[in-house]
Amino acid sequence: MSRRDRLSGNEAVAYAMRQINPDVFAAFPITPSTEIPQYFAQYVADGQVDTEFVTVESEHSSMSTCIGAEAAGVRAVTATSSCGLAYMYEMLYVAASARLPITLACVNRALTGPININNDHSDSMGARDAGWIQIYSENNQEAYDNYLQAMRIAETPDVRLPIMICQDGFITSHAVENIELEDDQAVKAFVGEYEPENYLLKHENPLAVGPYDTSPYYMEHKVQQAQAMKNAKTAILDVAADFARTFGRTYGFFEEYRMEDAEAAIVLIGSTAGTAKTCVDQMRAAGHKVGLIKLRVFRPFPAEELAAALSHVKAAAVMDKSEGFSGCGGPVFADTRSACYDLKERPRLINIVYGLGGRDCAVEDLERVYQYLLRIARTGEEGPVYLHMGQRSLDKEVL
Amino acid sequence: MSDKRLEIRWHGRGGQGAKTACMLLADAAFAAGKYVQGFPEYGPERMGAPITAYNRISDERCSVHSYIYNPDYVVVVDETLLSSVDVTHGLKEDGAVVINSAKPVSELRPYLHGYEGEVYTIDARKISEECLGAYFPNTPMLAAVVEVSKVLDPDRFVQDMEASFQHKFATKPQVIEGNMRCLEESMKEVRAQ
Repeated sequence: MSRRDRLSGNEAVAYAMRQINPDVFAAFPITPSTEIPQYFAQYVADGQVDTEFVTVESEHSSMSTCIGAEAAGVRAVTATSSCGLAYMYEMLYVAASARLPITLACVNRALTGPININNDHSDSMGARDAGWIQIYSENNQEAYDNYLQAMRIAETPDVRLPIMICQDGFITSHAVENIELEDDQAVKAFVGEYEPENYLLKHENPLAVGPYDTSPYYMEHKVQQAQAMKNAKTAILDVAADFARTFGRTYGFFEEYRMEDAEAAIVLIGSTAGTAKTCVDQMRAAGHKVGLIKLRVFRPFPAEELAAALSHVKAAAVMDKSEGFSGCGGPVFADTRSACYDLKERPRLINIVYGLGGRDCAVEDLERVYQYLLRIARTGEEGPVYLHMGQRSLDKEVL
Repeated sequence: MSDKRLEIRWHGRGGQGAKTACMLLADAAFAAGKYVQGFPEYGPERMGAPITAYNRISDERCSVHSYIYNPDYVVVVDETLLSSVDVTHGLKEDGAVVINSAKPVSELRPYLHGYEGEVYTIDARKISEECLGAYFPNTPMLAAVVEVSKVLDPDRFVQDMEASFQHKFATKPQVIEGNMRCLEESMKEVRAQ
């Protein structure tokens, strides 16, 4: 039986962790993810979990601790944000290439320079090539549900990759909203036990983890890693299907909201999707054929599926909550546009970078985007492809 | 309350408990069976800096995750903000602003940028110092906005808050009675004049 409650996104993730009772939690605080280890420490102190709670001196060490623990054959978790994730970068690659299914709760926040504590996606987008599965959440419920699915995806034998469950800093992490929580026993049964095939001190087959890899083998290992990321697509859908059967809430690679006959669409990630749904409802009520695609899974990137979902649309805006500094659009745009290249009839695609460093995005801002797209759909005149939202500027590359 | 969504914006200073009051209102509304949002807007984190917090309360889940630009009610936890923050910006004319102040409304209106809706005051300092022996304005301000907005049934609100305080102050039960008196006094004394 599920139970109604109200929790912030951070509380929801800590609650999921308590239900799962991981073997090791490597903890180092950074705003806005700090509350996750803080709430979890209370569960440890109250004896509600028997997790080894390791308070380390940096994020480099928290990821190293997770790598050591997971290599020894147990479940290891951590949580971080922003510069904390950046400080793990070296070890993120080690975790992925050593095929250790660590679970990281990433509470998205801008990276420093200039200093800023608020939400955007530059931290996890910077880690997008590290070989981690990345799943993003719209609200506290999705942060909870995604976390419950994480370990089964990551630990799938032909996947065995680390996984990041992302939610928007402050907007989701610090907002209290209603939530459906599942029964402890049902969660434990769903997540199951971790039984790795091999681990460091297995006496019948002792293992070295992370040794030097010479050129004749290195590339084979990288190709295996790439294959594992492709395999993750099946695992993500299988686990989502079982989650829907068990708990009744449905997930996929992305959510299509009122896309059936949409002429204009927005593609984006995270909490702004909720705001965009309200905008779509308002515009549909006024007779405009608009829709939304909320990307849940960014790594692996669901290229074919996303292209198919956009194939009937006349104009679409991919909205990136990180700059990327490619000079020609953000990372979600790059992958989406690449995915659409093979379509016979492609929608006109533009990129809008928005919400950096906590810049708010309201229903009216999204309405402006839809109106802009509808004009492109009507006139065929695209104008600038790469725009920034809401700047103090009259430049034509500002929306 | 009808099925419309009610939006409240809180203005306070870091350390005064505006965020806590916002979260307590979300708790109380949840206990009354509502869908709730309670969330803060953080600037630089330091004591005394202006902070904003928001509530959305409705009978259906609200998917909007932006700040609130056209609130139904505004609560000003610290009246010294009036000279630097445009607290009634976007406030609906058929809504109201509730200000923590001992002054008459006529002295506060000049700071409200021509806002013509209702202005309520409550002397949260006096109530808090009488009931708790110290200045914690958040509980009286919470009670005042519930009384003014009727977002929740006031009797039910008082009952739910008692349960909430018993949970929140489990380790210091001596403050529960004072906080309950704060609530009740504030609901009696909040006025529009």
